[in-house]
Amino acid sequence: MKICEIKDLLGAEVLCGEELLEHDVASACCSDMMSDVLAYVKDQGVLVTGLVNPQVIRTANMMDMVCIVFVRNKEPSEAMLDLARDFGLVVMRSSLRAFEACGRLYEGGLGGKAGDAHVE
Amino acid sequence: MSNNLNFHFNVDGENFSSAGEASVVVKKKLRQLGFPPDIIRRVSIAMYEGEINMVIHANGGDADVTVDDDYITIVLKDTGPGIPDVSLAMQEGYSTARESIRALGFGAGMGLPNMKKYTDSMEIDTTVGVGTTITMKIALNK
Ligand SMILES: Nc1ncnc2c1ncn2[C@@H]1O[C@H](COP(=O)(O)OP(=O)(O)O)[C@@H](O)[C@H]1O
Ligand SMILES: [Mg+2]
Repeated sequence: MKICEIKDLLGAEVLCGEELLEHDVASACCSDMMSDVLAYVKDQGVLVTGLVNPQVIRTANMMDMVCIVFVRNKEPSEAMLDLARDFGLVVMRSSLRAFEACGRLYEGGLGGKAGDAHVE
Repeated sequence: MSNNLNFHFNVDGENFSSAGEASVVVKKKLRQLGFPPDIIRRVSIAMYEGEINMVIHANGGDADVTVDDDYITIVLKDTGPGIPDVSLAMQEGYSTARESIRALGFGAGMGLPNMKKYTDSMEIDTTVGVGTTITMKIALNK
């Protein structure tokens, strides 16, 4: 799925990384615990989260992700967006709750690769 | 041996916002040096978890990364409280992190097990009241 389709499915506002909207992603994950993202995520390119702090951006960078979706209209700081730009990440913001956002993405064809993520 | 690379970082224990900056720099350098993505990912996760631990459990410390022909070696040294029971600390889900840390997205008790999982060797040298030094190696087997 193209990142611009994620934007449309979630009615999201893109906060940085507009130039990467044509980029393709194969799967996503959702968590407010960066510890769990670091422990269980494998190749998910998209992180859906309600947590807003610079560690979210760094965690996404460590995991080679390409897109972060902040749900419930959470507003990242300008410093966080600068960090995201430096890492080449798309950051968007949606008014949806995490459950609804993930439901729409899943229904839209974006998988979670749940099987792979927990097997090592 | 002639082309060893060393990176040194002072990890600020006072500032959670900056935690992970050293790992970000190392990741960038390894990319520039052209290491395979899976090696970079493993180094990144292990070092980032360790760096976060130094900030949330030990009030900061020093991080040293060495790249030689055979290994990427990460040494994380702090003068924090030490780890009283290492085998307990190594268990998945064990954490002494305060609720305020969990609210920041960390403290799931997965850091040390994750560091071990992603590296080829990990040694923990710790003394209560003195500090902790963690040495992790990732083999480059070229
Ligand atoms: N550098 C350190 N100094 C002191 N204690 C540590 C350090 N690193 C880890 N610990 C202890 O080991 C526990 C487990 O660490 P970890 O697996 O990373 O989980 P978490 O950081 O989520 O608590 C921590 O809760 C803490 O009690
Ligand atoms: Mg930890």
